[in-house]
Amino acid sequence: MPDQPRIEHPRAERPQSEKPMIEIRDVTRSYGAFKALDDASLTIREGEFFSLLGPSGCGKTTLLRMIAGFDNPTSGSIAVGGQPMEGIPANRRPTNMVFQSYAIFPHLNVEQNVAYGLKRLKLQGAEEKRRVEEALAQVSLTGLGKRRATELSGGQRHRVALARALVMRPKVLLLDEPLSALDKKLREQMQVELRRLQQAVGITFVLVTHDQYEALAMSDRIAVMFGGRIAQVASPKEIYQRPVNRQVADFLGGMNFVKAEIVEESGASLVVDTLGFGRVRTDKPKAFVRNGGGATLGIRPERLRVLWDNATAKFEVAGKVVERHYFGEITHLIVEIPGLEKPLSVTETNDFGADDIPVGTPIRLAYDPEALVAMAD
Amino acid sequence: MTAAAEGSAPLRMTRARRNALLQSEPVQGFALISPTFLYALVLLVLPILVVIAHSFWTQHYLTIDRTFTLENYRIALTEPIYRDLLWRSLYISLTVSLFTVILAYPIAYFISFHGGRHKSLWLFLITIPFWTSYLLRVMSWKVILGYNGVLNSGLMGLGIIDEPSTALLYNSSAVIITLTHAWAAFAILPIFVSLEKVDRTLVEAATDLGDGPLRSFLRVTLPLSAPGIISAALIVMIPTVGDYVTPKLVGGKDGVMIANAIQAQFGKAANWPLGAALSVTTMLIVSLMAGATVLIIRTLQRMAR
Repeated sequence: MPDQPRIEHPRAERPQSEKPMIEIRDVTRSYGAFKALDDASLTIREGEFFSLLGPSGCGKTTLLRMIAGFDNPTSGSIAVGGQPMEGIPANRRPTNMVFQSYAIFPHLNVEQNVAYGLKRLKLQGAEEKRRVEEALAQVSLTGLGKRRATELSGGQRHRVALARALVMRPKVLLLDEPLSALDKKLREQMQVELRRLQQAVGITFVLVTHDQYEALAMSDRIAVMFGGRIAQVASPKEIYQRPVNRQVADFLGGMNFVKAEIVEESGASLVVDTLGFGRVRTDKPKAFVRNGGGATLGIRPERLRVLWDNATAKFEVAGKVVERHYFGEITHLIVEIPGLEKPLSVTETNDFGADDIPVGTPIRLAYDPEALVAMAD
Repeated sequence: MTAAAEGSAPLRMTRARRNALLQSEPVQGFALISPTFLYALVLLVLPILVVIAHSFWTQHYLTIDRTFTLENYRIALTEPIYRDLLWRSLYISLTVSLFTVILAYPIAYFISFHGGRHKSLWLFLITIPFWTSYLLRVMSWKVILGYNGVLNSGLMGLGIIDEPSTALLYNSSAVIITLTHAWAAFAILPIFVSLEKVDRTLVEAATDLGDGPLRSFLRVTLPLSAPGIISAALIVMIPTVGDYVTPKLVGGKDGVMIANAIQAQFGKAANWPLGAALSVTTMLIVSLMAGATVLIIRTLQRMAR
């Protein structure tokens, strides 16, 4: 979509530091023959909001628990703040965790929960009180200090867990699917708040999630994991727009895959022939490994636009609507294109009446060749 | 027709109301417990009422004088022999429950936290001693603690003592040792159950916030298992105050407890009213002591924060 006006992002971004905060080197964790984590290497930078994203069982929680010290690598090393973590028990690591279940102490009230870790620091009463108040204010829980843990809502429990970890002023805050127990509305609100909080305190956040939208919305960078391996580490935009393989592309939203024949391969670009989209020149992904003469191209459903009436575009494909699914603000069209083995899925806003297109209508779709990305299988 | 309609309307309403009543939760609950409730009423509440009534009467040989008197209670509370027996019973039961809880806690903790897949096997093993009669288990303690017993011959064989000690059997320590062993399983189970309910993530959270193993135990696991400790203490304390068999068999002269005195009043001494007054007094004191135990453990739990 060329010449679209650029909209400045309203949130203030913290300048990104390049200094490494967490260094994970060749970490493997095996349980007998099963490898929960397989030779993972990763550097998380200081002050970064980093997400470990993947389906359940991909090893993301195992990795988080190893950073926290609740689990140990079978081989490989983990360093936090330049300090190797080997042999350092969880209670002496410069990390704090927000647990998936929040793990609020039921026998203590909110204040006592937040002050739990401070007791060991032997602060003066006034100083301890000030830090607890400050932490409660950071998560907008001022005035609820005397509440019992059992009287809190899900969202409030999440905030207490956050305050209890933040009050320790850790180098790294680890979050284990903290929003998965909340309902959709609250979850979306918390995503915004969590991002804002991270920007305000500047602490490195490492979030484990299986929700791709959560990862995209909050993170500076994301590591996508499958089967104990890290598939791709990049910014949300890069991951979404230039996934390294089909698995990553599929996990982050919808993707139309198109088989292609490589015509020409040079240093940075590929020229391929497809049946539906013709000859396409595309950027070659960094980790591209040529597998015979074939390649896979992908295009996101929202990068295909319906051409209404007699409108034309420089690049278009023609087909026929075979299914229509209405989603309120958008409509999902399944469009059969002659020559493509699978019909394309197209997301179209309802402004121009996509929700009224009868099934069977011949249709033309416009696309930007740049949106067609090559990836490994 | 109008008359019929008028007549049937209230009828239908009563039936609806009766159905609603039968389906209401409290009624169903009462229906469910009523066999047990009636059984308890007839065999527990009524005898207790009979005992309480007797405690205000007087006995002349075989006849009961039913005029109201507090004389029995005066004797029960002021007569040195009964006062001493009562104190000793309380002392023994408190000591037994303390030791039992202290000894049972590590076992329950081990099974709950380190039992792994074998938890039920461990619990099963703990019940094995109960396959034999209580009397046999008490008698086996006589074999262990006796003059020519296992302990004495063992200690002599090791050269630690020269002649058999008589201090082991026939005193209150023997009663305490026997009762502690006998009630251990009853203390392990409630503590185990309350430990099972402690969310392991809470212990992890405590560790994450800087606590070592001992601190996280004292600040999280122990306070959260307090309900189990309370039930264990009460389960042991309440019945042991009134225990009769154990002091009779291993207590000797110095191990006599209040229940033995009560038995004597109902038996040889033939003074049912005094026996009844002693029973009621014991019952009241045990209730007070149980209440005090709950309060003390709750306070300790609050102080641990």
